[in-house]
Amino acid sequence: MSAAVTAALAPVSAGGRAPGRLALLRLLPGRPLLLRAASLAASLAAWHLAASGKVDLGMVSFRNVPTPADAARAALALIQSPTLWPHLGASLARVLSGFLAALAAGIGLGVAIGRFRLARDLLLPPLEVLRPIPAVAWIPLAILMFPSSELSMAFITFTGALFPILLNTVHGVETVNPRLVASARSLGAGRAAILREVILPGATPSIVTGAAIGMGTAWFCLVTAEMISGQYGIGYFTWESYTLQNYDDIVVGMLLIGLLGMGSSLLVRRVGALLTPWAAPGGAR
Amino acid sequence: MSRSVGSSGGRVAVEGGAIRLGRGSAAFDVVEDIDLDIAPEQFVCLLGPSGCGKSTLLGAVAGHLSLQRGRVSLDGRDIAGPHPDRGIVFQQHTLFPWRSVLDNVAFGPKMKGVGKGERLAAARDFLDQVGLADFADHYPAELSGGMQQRVEIARALINRPRVLLMDEPFGALDAQTRLTMQELLLKVWSRNRTTILFVTHDIDEALFLADRIVVMTPRPGRILDDLAIDFARPRRRDLIADPRFTTLKRHCLTLLHAEPSGIPLPRLTPIGVPGPHGAA
Repeated sequence: MSAAVTAALAPVSAGGRAPGRLALLRLLPGRPLLLRAASLAASLAAWHLAASGKVDLGMVSFRNVPTPADAARAALALIQSPTLWPHLGASLARVLSGFLAALAAGIGLGVAIGRFRLARDLLLPPLEVLRPIPAVAWIPLAILMFPSSELSMAFITFTGALFPILLNTVHGVETVNPRLVASARSLGAGRAAILREVILPGATPSIVTGAAIGMGTAWFCLVTAEMISGQYGIGYFTWESYTLQNYDDIVVGMLLIGLLGMGSSLLVRRVGALLTPWAAPGGAR
Repeated sequence: MSRSVGSSGGRVAVEGGAIRLGRGSAAFDVVEDIDLDIAPEQFVCLLGPSGCGKSTLLGAVAGHLSLQRGRVSLDGRDIAGPHPDRGIVFQQHTLFPWRSVLDNVAFGPKMKGVGKGERLAAARDFLDQVGLADFADHYPAELSGGMQQRVEIARALINRPRVLLMDEPFGALDAQTRLTMQELLLKVWSRNRTTILFVTHDIDEALFLADRIVVMTPRPGRILDDLAIDFARPRRRDLIADPRFTTLKRHCLTLLHAEPSGIPLPRLTPIGVPGPHGAA
């Protein structure tokens, strides 16, 4: 390996610059991967040290924080226990229903608002008033409004996902190049065809961005709602672990939420990439 | 393939045409007193300085802009809006990025309700005519600027328009590509006869292509001169060396510099004032 490093160093030295330690590191193959793995390992080690040493800094204390090993053991136990699937299933069903409803409403309203002046004048003012209200602030009213707590949680998720999708759809529709619309009209496209053939595909990259953001907020809102009014679900599991003093499970719940959020955002982006093959770098089909 | 006969007609007439763009106090007269009668299958170049309103006039014939005064008609019928009878080719970037080259060309027939097999076959034929048969499955973004303009031409011609409107279609291309495209356009036009109204500010381009050059003044644009260009067709590149070419070029240069245009005006487009929501 040292021979390879020396060989790789040669052009740098020839350039007249003495390579320092960092320059050496820069020349190692697979450097980013190594660095990232090292950073992850260091974070785990710091967590372990703080938790196992029960570090108490006054302002923040690690006395009740489980160690990585405790968390791993708890995770293993959860995977083997029959309670995992009802929790996962409940959360996924709520997120999916809320998100899909938000997708339908967000795209429908967004296209109407972005395309038609009348719809903009009629729909935008109330939505502008509702938009700054965080979805989490809807929880008390949602519990009062919906007889079933399932529905109220799906509604919170819907509210969280709606606005990113709606706003990005409006933006996407408004920024479709007017020349494309003019071209389509000169090629014989009527109003419906322009919407279908020009406006929707033109806005799709922006809608996908909105959907990915919306998926993130959907999880955020769902977990909060579950902590308050759930009977199953990952958020409920995490909060229940706290009330039952299963501190190891708190971390497991948190990690699960992170994984699910990451996975579903990835899924949205993947589906989005499939829907917009022309926007891929290099135009790969 | 057999030489396709152009669809009948193609006479464009503008009588006392005037166009105003912009709103309220920002409104301004773009063109005034335009009288123009273009015979079917004539190749007419609109020549004038940037911002003189030649693209705006083109936009009125396309039906994207309306006249403030006067009338504009095709074969005696007033133009009320865009129609595939009047195909338009913009300067750049108006292919649908999400459709393959083949689907872009087949768009017009699709709008007319032509079946898939038939319209794709027609699109292949027109792609072949512009020399892009091998690029049918590519996305527009994968093509060079010149190739994209070839697709634009094919996409407009597949509708068998009575008039082909071209707004500085080669203006964004490099000099060499522009010459190739001019020759290609003449070749394709010889097989797909139609009236062509071609906007340019390039005198050489106008002289090489046109049967007739209409020279416009700076804004508000008026018709300054109307020149018949009767070089034999098919035309060849060495036309530039023809002494009559030189004489006409000098004449056009004199016309274009006849009136002081002051500061150069921004380019207008066939769909109105440029900007995020420029369509008038």
